[in-house]
Amino acid sequence: MKTKKIATYGLLVSLAFILSYLESLFPIPIPIPGIKIGVANLVVMIALYGFGSTQAFVLSIIRIILVGFTFGNLSTMMYSLAGGLLSCLLMILFKKLKFFSMVGVSIIGGISHNIGQILMAILILESASIINYLPALLITGTITGTLIGIIGGLIEKRLKKFLVNY
Amino acid sequence: MIKKNDFILIGIILAIVLLIWSLSFFKINWPMNFFMKTEGSKVRITVDGQEYKILDLDKDTTFSIEQENGKFNTFEIRDGYVDMIDASCPDKICVHQKEIHYDHETIVCLPNKVVLEIIDGQVNEVDSVAN
Repeated sequence: MKTKKIATYGLLVSLAFILSYLESLFPIPIPIPGIKIGVANLVVMIALYGFGSTQAFVLSIIRIILVGFTFGNLSTMMYSLAGGLLSCLLMILFKKLKFFSMVGVSIIGGISHNIGQILMAILILESASIINYLPALLITGTITGTLIGIIGGLIEKRLKKFLVNY
Repeated sequence: MIKKNDFILIGIILAIVLLIWSLSFFKINWPMNFFMKTEGSKVRITVDGQEYKILDLDKDTTFSIEQENGKFNTFEIRDGYVDMIDASCPDKICVHQKEIHYDHETIVCLPNKVVLEIIDGQVNEVDSVAN
């Protein structure tokens, strides 16, 4: 069982890593650091629902550090850490609270990712008026979160019988 | 699969966004200077966290901040108000932002890392001068 655990972690990390890379290849033509489709969040969602909170949390930290050192620099890593950790913690919390389905949890993840990055931008640029970007980021976070949540639900349904054996 | 609560969540988020947008539509500069309006006397230009230049608000001028790789932000100072009139960034959020005049008001261009901030505010003296 231990070997299977290691293999599954490796698989999820590489999936998240590759999705982050693909995402960086196709930047959305809106140069706000908060706006991303957040495809890598899909893998975090699968880990959260298929395996558990610890796995999802470890997975997001490893992904952020790997992607930060490979494709970014320290400042982009600060943004992704703020966004990634906040969204991961809130998704774990809201999954436990059972208010929402996967879609709602994913929306929480999407918008908190953007809010985390805005807070980091306020700290780095030392100006509070970046908060003017908040409404636009809330909208994009909701749209991408909904899409990721629906896709994640479909994938989880198909993976269920493999995940049970884990 | 999607629960009713999910739609409530989406609704709440949309309501917050609409509220913020309608506040700015009615020229309420959210969230800054909602309560205090002190007139500023200078504008501080910051590029990438470094102070770039400080200009007086009482001299009308048009100023361009040029950076390497073709990035630029052009703003004008007129009648004590600072307004971004052109920029190289694709989103143009800084250009669409309202003109600034009161202490601590800012215009930010995130892609170019440019921040204009009104500083050195004094208590509003317009009324006493008019008297």
